[in-house]
Amino acid sequence: MLEHLPALQVAIALTAAPLVMMFGRATRLAWAVATLACWASLAVALMLFVQVADGSVISYEMGGWAPPWGIEYSIDAANAWVLVIIGLISAIVMPFARQSVEQEISESRTALFYSAFLLANAGLIGITVTADAFNIFVFFEISALASYALIAMGRDRRAILSSFQYLIMGTVGTTFLLIGIGFLYIMTGTLNLGDLAARLPEVSDTRTIRAAFGFIAVGISLKLALFPLHLWLPNAYTYAPSMVTVFLSATATKVAIYVLLRFVYTVFGFEFSFVELAMAWLLMPLAVLGIFIPSLVAVFQTNVKRLLAYSSVAQVGYMILGISFASALGLTASILHLFNHAITKAALFMAVGCLVYRLGGVSLTQLAGAGQRMPWTMAAFVVAGLSLIGIPLTAGFVTKWHLLQAALEGGLWPIAVFLLGTSLLAALYIWKVVEVAYFQEPENPDTAVSEAPLGMLIPTLVLTASTVVFGVFGNFTVASAQTAAAVLMGAAP
Amino acid sequence: MSDATMIALPLLVPLVGLLLIVASGRVAALRDAVTVVTAATMFTAVLQLLPRVSAGERPRLELFEFFPGLGITFEVEPLGMVFALLASGLWIITAIYAIGYMRGAKEKHHTRFHAFFAVALFSATGIAFAGNMLTLFVFYEVLTLSTYPLVAHKGSEVAKRGARTYLGLLLGTSVGFLLMAILLTWWLAGTLDFTPGGIMAGTVDPAYGSILLVLFLYGIGKAALMPFHRWLPAAMVAPTPVSALLHAVAVVKAGVFTVLKVTVYLFGLDYLTELWTSDVMLYIAVFTLLTASLVALRQDNLKARLAYSTVSQLSYIVVGAMLVNSIAALGGSMHIVMHAFGKITLFFCAGAIYVATKKTEISDMDGLGRRMPFTYAAFFIGALCVIGIPPLGGVWSKWHLMSGAFDAGYGLVVIALMISTLLNIGYLIPPVVRGFLLPSKDGEETGMREAPLLCVLPLSLTALGCLILFVAAKPLAELLSGMLVVPVP
Repeated sequence: MLEHLPALQVAIALTAAPLVMMFGRATRLAWAVATLACWASLAVALMLFVQVADGSVISYEMGGWAPPWGIEYSIDAANAWVLVIIGLISAIVMPFARQSVEQEISESRTALFYSAFLLANAGLIGITVTADAFNIFVFFEISALASYALIAMGRDRRAILSSFQYLIMGTVGTTFLLIGIGFLYIMTGTLNLGDLAARLPEVSDTRTIRAAFGFIAVGISLKLALFPLHLWLPNAYTYAPSMVTVFLSATATKVAIYVLLRFVYTVFGFEFSFVELAMAWLLMPLAVLGIFIPSLVAVFQTNVKRLLAYSSVAQVGYMILGISFASALGLTASILHLFNHAITKAALFMAVGCLVYRLGGVSLTQLAGAGQRMPWTMAAFVVAGLSLIGIPLTAGFVTKWHLLQAALEGGLWPIAVFLLGTSLLAALYIWKVVEVAYFQEPENPDTAVSEAPLGMLIPTLVLTASTVVFGVFGNFTVASAQTAAAVLMGAAP
Repeated sequence: MSDATMIALPLLVPLVGLLLIVASGRVAALRDAVTVVTAATMFTAVLQLLPRVSAGERPRLELFEFFPGLGITFEVEPLGMVFALLASGLWIITAIYAIGYMRGAKEKHHTRFHAFFAVALFSATGIAFAGNMLTLFVFYEVLTLSTYPLVAHKGSEVAKRGARTYLGLLLGTSVGFLLMAILLTWWLAGTLDFTPGGIMAGTVDPAYGSILLVLFLYGIGKAALMPFHRWLPAAMVAPTPVSALLHAVAVVKAGVFTVLKVTVYLFGLDYLTELWTSDVMLYIAVFTLLTASLVALRQDNLKARLAYSTVSQLSYIVVGAMLVNSIAALGGSMHIVMHAFGKITLFFCAGAIYVATKKTEISDMDGLGRRMPFTYAAFFIGALCVIGIPPLGGVWSKWHLMSGAFDAGYGLVVIALMISTLLNIGYLIPPVVRGFLLPSKDGEETGMREAPLLCVLPLSLTALGCLILFVAAKPLAELLSGMLVVPVP
């Protein structure tokens, strides 16, 4: 049983998806099964995480076919970390989802909705566990197609258009990825990541391989919303149903970043990516622009969901910046931020989900007076917001500290100053929301607005509390991220 | 009691108090009583530490580690001891005053007000007891954030604008400069622990040290060095108890306390003499000191005048740190206490005048002294204490500062301090003179019309404190001089 855990990780969500669909109008049952599947996924992810925490690697041969001929699933500290993120977020968003989905999705579609959610979940898990390049593409498509459906189910009619926008951009991205993988296959005759890594050095000095690198990098950059390829993200996050935004913002871009790391470090290798192609010089300017411009845009948003969406683009910039330092410390900071930002942004979007549930929308004018009417929800928003800014004792600060150290280690003073400056922009857009919610009288004081239902509030508060817990006891996450970074760097020749 | 409990108690009491204040929010009388009891309990808890610290012990508490080698650590040394005593002691009086003021001035949201006050005192204690720079930074930020709702309390456009300036400048300087300085120190010196004699000598090149000093001094925005002083006048939109305890004592003193702490325990006075920027910062502080006094002269709004006076007085303490000799550093530390008592009295008086007459402009206050004799007498005493005239406490700190400047050979600084004293007289005495001697503009009324007792009693107490400090300066100086002792290894 234990040795089949990697397969189980994907199989649970993948088999639960059609099962959930069959419940039809028994929406409570559909929800319950989906929730159980997510919890089971988390349990498996944690078991895997514990097994590889020492830096070892689990290799699983799908159907008993030995790699490189068969498909291999391979778990190490780096992707187990991502698995835990996916498992944790989906496990905590499901209890939250029940009431939110009841309000936002018509009853006839609810079972389909959960089914699509599980498929998206399975896709993301699949991308993470597999050690087969083509398999990565397939799972990317599974998760993406399911996500398009999920976003299109948003209440606002603009959801359909933004889903279409995402579909176009996402398809371009995965197609680029596929072309890149095709080139690799032409040159090496293999699709297994480890095998690719072994065979690539012989042929690395060819235009085909460099083109493959380019296609793969651009394709994944589209998926992870690297500035300026982020245009699909703000609309998709703004108009998707609340729980979808929570889930996607915390996992989808993180998984894409993981894939980038996997290709850059494991497949192409540090030497090829950073020394020969000088990728750092491409990534760093994009990251810097990607932090600054979306942060600035976020300051001027009036819809809180869109504001947070732009902030997500900026946060992707932080992760890419860490990678662009091309050092162990920088990589650690990026991997750390995968987790810290996932819990922070998920908590924020959950608080927003609670506000949407009671207020019907989250434009700034609707939020006036929310501080008094929904004290717990707004408190969660403030605390998670502090973590986003990177105030000490929150998870965001742990990342910032390491990112700054990595910048100093690389002798990049201007970058360190820049980082501190941009966290002030985050302070600006979070505080804009806080000020309206606490110090502005509501427009129609007579309508009674009560606190969000407990079913939604408790998961929100739990996740918010975790941003503080992981901010205070940063030792654990830092150590895990260090192991993950070491595993990735060690795989480099 | 063990070290851990002795240090944890003063930190826990305001937090427990916070919960009780929120829980009893619906019953006004109970909530107000809880506030006062919390303040008194906290002061007692802080007092427990005094005998041990004055005996030369340094109680320590290591809470947890953030990252390897860096964690939340507390260590009580004389300067922190004095600061904690000052903040928690004056909180008792302010809590009583706040009850009278908030009711008298008909402010709203009392529970939120008292609750955030408790958080502010919690963070001030955290700053006082911090054992390393990161711990101090954590509480420094909490203090900024917890006082923001107090500044924005009224919720009016003016209040919100003021609060935005407040938060923007304090958060901006702390994240932009202070965090950078801390990070660089950690990077270069390999530790952030407050160590007698400093940590930078031998590890940090003076060229870097010079830059660090500038980053630290401007990063500590709460010390209100020009040009980052705008937040303090902006914070005056807050209800007066906030201006009194937080913007004359806890917040601003947290700033200069941090300055002293950084210069004495991170840089070390000996190392500081090697840095060419210490002179630059000294003259910037002197400039701030004189300019703020001149600006104060021109303010007609009483609270604004007091705010600029605070900006000026804070620079005295920065000057004390930058003169880089032990007498001046001692004078600066003493001025934390002396100025606190003087200025809180002045703010209490300004608040009492507002509660009794709704007047905020000095030009409207002619003749008021005859109707509010207690308040005006206290104002006079507070003013003399801030100016530094015997027999008030303020004379000692200024005496030390001047003789420190003289010893160090900074004749210009001595002259500047003397001019500033004249300016102090120029902006603090006229309100008293107008109050007692000029005829009232809106018709003469006979008889007393004082503010509520809960306002007048506290301000009389702090005025009395100014007098007592004149006698009590010696034990204070003895306690504080403990911080300058560098143990011989």
